Parts: sequence; structure tokens; C-alpha cells
Amino acid sequence: MLIELKGVNKTYNNGQPLHVLKGIDLSIDSGEFVSIMGASGSGKSTLLNILGILDNYDTGEYHIDGRLIKGLSEKQAADYRNRLIGFIFQSFNLIGFKTAVENVELPLFYQGVGRSRRHQMAMEYLDRLGLADWASHYPNEMSGGQKQRVAIARALITNPKILLADEPTGALDSKTSEEVMQLLSRLNRQEGVTIIVVTHESGVANCTDKIVHIKDGIIGEIEDNREHRASMFGVNTIMK
Amino acid sequence: MRFDIDSFREIADSLVRNKSRSLLTGFGVFWGIFMLLFLMGGGKGFKDMISANFAGFATNTDILVSSRTSKPWHGFKEERYWQLSYTDVERLKQMVPELETVTPVINSWGQTAVYGANSVQAGIRGIYADYAKIEEPRVVYGRPLNDADILQERKVCMIGKRVYNSLFPDGGDPCGTFIKVGSVYYQIVGVDFSSGNISVGGRADQTVSIPLPVAQKLLNRGANVDLICTTGKPGVRMSDMEPRMRQIVARQHLFDPSDKQALVMINTEQMFALVDNLFVGVSFLIWLIGLGTILAGVIGVSNIMMVTVKERTTEIGIRRAIGATPRDILSQIILESISLTLVAGSFGIVLAVQLLRLVTFIVRSNPDNPAADFQVTFWLAVTAALLLTVLGVVAGLAPASRAMAIKPVDAMRDE
Repeated sequence: MLIELKGVNKTYNNGQPLHVLKGIDLSIDSGEFVSIMGASGSGKSTLLNILGILDNYDTGEYHIDGRLIKGLSEKQAADYRNRLIGFIFQSFNLIGFKTAVENVELPLFYQGVGRSRRHQMAMEYLDRLGLADWASHYPNEMSGGQKQRVAIARALITNPKILLADEPTGALDSKTSEEVMQLLSRLNRQEGVTIIVVTHESGVANCTDKIVHIKDGIIGEIEDNREHRASMFGVNTIMK
Repeated sequence: MRFDIDSFREIADSLVRNKSRSLLTGFGVFWGIFMLLFLMGGGKGFKDMISANFAGFATNTDILVSSRTSKPWHGFKEERYWQLSYTDVERLKQMVPELETVTPVINSWGQTAVYGANSVQAGIRGIYADYAKIEEPRVVYGRPLNDADILQERKVCMIGKRVYNSLFPDGGDPCGTFIKVGSVYYQIVGVDFSSGNISVGGRADQTVSIPLPVAQKLLNRGANVDLICTTGKPGVRMSDMEPRMRQIVARQHLFDPSDKQALVMINTEQMFALVDNLFVGVSFLIWLIGLGTILAGVIGVSNIMMVTVKERTTEIGIRRAIGATPRDILSQIILESISLTLVAGSFGIVLAVQLLRLVTFIVRSNPDNPAADFQVTFWLAVTAALLLTVLGVVAGLAPASRAMAIKPVDAMRDE
């Protein structure tokens, strides 16, 4: 198993203690295309943060590829995030004063990859996502779909084991949303990238092979969705 | 810590992105370092100028001058006038072995020195050869008076700069020629160009120095002398010698040893100490003002960096999410802070150095001014640059620690 969570609990202690995750057990194998679905407040974002080593959990165990992710130093956590995980955010989170190619280069910069090598790699990835012509454009000169593709290139460039997407279509219209989801599933099929999508849109979830429902901090049903017929709205398109 | 050209490009970018903000913030540091260096240079120049006044004058000199008594003593009334005499010189030499030089001086003012058609107002000063140990002559032509002049009571003289310039407007070596002072002709043996402003009984440059026995006889002074100049041996503090010298002279001339007015003792050591203290005070003020101004500038930098960090929370969060360690963030912020202070400060250093150069040039262009150097030393400038780097780090510390506290989750939260 690539990802294994056993009895993960998380409580926020901001004034009123808030028990967000109440014993999460979840296994995701390498090469899977999974969505985590739930309403807002269900704990899915917290789960994503823990999966992405952006946040700590209180009790339980979380293994990536056999490595226990617990009590890491900031430095080690940063290193794991850099090498194991690629992030795709709802609001793209590109750095506004850097060009597309500079944004894509950034994870390699923090790996200590040399200047010309990382530039070359970044161009390669942009090319694969069809954005080679846009390499020297700034994010505010691009459309939402383009920005998300730049973000995907940035997430892929370190060749991570897991791609974590937090509402990747949240800021996109339905047509671009579909393109992005198709891109993700192509990455999963052709290159075997493990992708975890967190969403509240059933149409988005329907594009994935496995849907993990989360509600009130507990994993509910785990749907096998290889037929892509989970959502009545999402059979042919992503409903917005 | 990862580091390459891009790190610097990024710093330059982020400083240039907020041009006016960087400019205004940098100005504080710029002005601070400019003030510090400029004031230090100025202080040094003034010290040079003032020290030039003491040039050639022994620093541990005590000059004895007689005056009216202010206390009755041994049957004498107060307000009695007495005079130092020739024998006091030998007496002091014998009884105060710590003294290196004891030499008497006779002055006579309001004389006219004449050479050919030229004449000038000058004072006559009768001295011994060892007077050179009190006030060192800067002999440009000929020689100073020597012991043979004294012993043989030669009618020779050494003339001061202004006397020379007035009597010999065409320049040239005047040695061997005769000038008339009063009604007597003296042969010039030397020209003294010393320009110190401390002088005993009149400025050296308006003086014609002649052997003391000659002056004694020509001026009808008998055994009396006007001044006795003394210097201590190395390590002797002249202020410690004063009570003994006073005792010796008082016993001989029958005045109250506690009568400070009867025997005036001018101690240059105290004068030098006074000036030294003055400059210690001045440089303390300079440091206070300069460092204070720099500090204000640095606090400004720190403040602005704080704002920058706040503005860039999302960006820093993103960086953390994609693998930047806290140290990467720390070095980014600190380097930005150092760059801002260093660049702004370098302009301050350059401006201060150039302005000081100008001041030095202007001051020196007037030949009457002493050769003062206002320029700061190279190493002081280097120290200032190092100081700036350190201050840059200090300014970056608070904002950097705030930046380090930013969690990667904040990248998503702060939208």
C-alpha cells in the first residue's frame, strides 16, 4: 500500500475543542485515482492536509510507502512534501510575480537542482501540458485552465509518488473543469501517477476510479467507480 | 540553504517591485550611515585643525610666570610685585630632579625689525638653546640658536615666519644678512616656520629670537627673567611637580606658597587634557547621533520587512507547501533585509566619502588653514559596511521569525 492511515484522529483546539477526524482508516494503493468526497465541514480538507504532511494529527498512524509520517521536523516534513507529494490547489496558488516556467521550477530550486537543469526540466513539463508558448507569461496573463495546468506541471516536476488535488476545479468553469479532470485521469492512466482529489462536486468525483465518502470525520462508503456511473449528473460532463 | 543567481534575482525583484517603498525605507539607513561617517570625518578634521595649533609644543610643559602677591607674608603686604630671577632656573634644576628642561625666557614687545626698506613689528625673545625642547622650531633656513651663540653672547637671531615674509618679500635664504631690531643689528642664523598657535609670550612667527644673555644686557633686565619654562622627564606628571616648584620659588622670593596668584603656573598637560576630553565628548556625541540615526533606519527596515512578510503570507505558505524548509524562508527574508540595508548604506558611505573629500579640498585650498584631513579611513568605511550587514541581519530577525511561523496550510487558508 502506498498510503495507509490507521485510526487517525485530529482535534482542533481553538477555544472550543473540535474533533474533526474521528479515527480515519484508509488505504490507497499505488496508481489509484481516488476522490475524497464530502460536504464542507466533513473533515475532508483536514484529511487532505494530513495526507499532504501540511498538518499534524493527534493519534493513529500514517504511512507513505512504509514510512511513518509522525512527529517530523519541519525540515524533514518540507523534504517529504517536496519529494513525495505534488500539490494542486483550488486557487492554483501560483506565485504572481514569477513567470509560468519560474513557478514550475520552484520545487526543484528547493531540491537544490542546478539552474539550467531545472529550467530545462520545467520547460519539458510545460511542453507536455501544452504550455511551452506560455512559459514566460505571468499568471495574471493566463486563463484559469492554463494556470491550473501550470500548477499541475509544478506538482509533477519532482516526480512525486502522490498528487494531491484540493478542489482542483473549484475556480474553473465546467468546460475547463472537464479538461483538467481529463488531464488528471490521463496522467493516472498513462503515467501511473497516484492521484487523490478532494472535492464536494459529485461530477468531479465521478471522474475518479474510487470515491471515498467522508462525513462528520468518519469514512463512510467507499465506492468502486471504475464504471464512472456514480453521479447521475456526471455521466457525461461535470455539472456545475 | 540553497543559493544561486536566482536567489539574488529574486531579492532584486522583490525590492524593485515596491520601488518607492524600498527607496523610502532605504533612505533611513542611507541617511544614518551618511550622518555617522560624515560627522566622524568632520570631527576628525576639526581635531586635526585644533591639534595643529599645538604642533611642535611639548605636551608636558609647565610655564612659571610671576605676578603680584595676593596674601601678606613674612611682614610683606599683599599686592607686592616680585620677579622670577635667573637663579631660580638653577635652583629648580637642582631641587627638582624630575625636570628635564628648565629654561628662562625674556620678552620684549613692540620692537621694529628693519631690513633695507622693509620693516615689521616684532617681539624680541631672549632664549637659551634648550628652549627648542619647549617649542620645537621648524627651521627652513639655517639653524636654531645653539649653545655657542649663548656662551659667546653673539648678536645673532632666528626670525619667525611673518618677520621673514615681511622683511624678505622676495624669499630666498636670508642667513648671514643683518637686520636691525631696536637699535641693534643682529645677524640672521635661522628662519623658523613653526605655525603652532600655542606660544610663550607671543606668536612664534612674529618673534625675533636672540641669545638670552644678549637680551638681558641690551634690555637692562639684570638678573630678572619673564618666564621659566619647564618640562618633565618622560612619565612625570607636571601637575604633580607644581607644589614643589611653588614651594621652592616661594621660599626664595618670600611669598606665601599657598598664594596661587603670586606665581602663575600654566600647565599644558591640563590644556591638552581639556582638548582631549572635549574630543572624547564630541566623538561620543557623534556616535550617539550616528548610531541613533542608523538604528532608526534599521527599525524602519525591520518594520517594512514585517509588512512584506504579512503581505506575502500566501506566497510563503506556497513555498513551504512545495518543499521550502523554514531555513530557506529565513535566509530569503534575511538576505532581502541585508540587501536593502547594504545597498542603501553603500550609497551613504559613498556620499559621505565624496562630501568629506570636498570639505578637505575646500579647507586645504586656503593656505592659512592647517593641513586638516577630514576623510574617514578606508577601514572605517569597511567597518561601516560590516556594521550594515550585521544590522541587516538584526533588522531581518523579527520579520524572518514571523515568516518562519507561517504554516504551509496558510497558503490555502489565506485567500
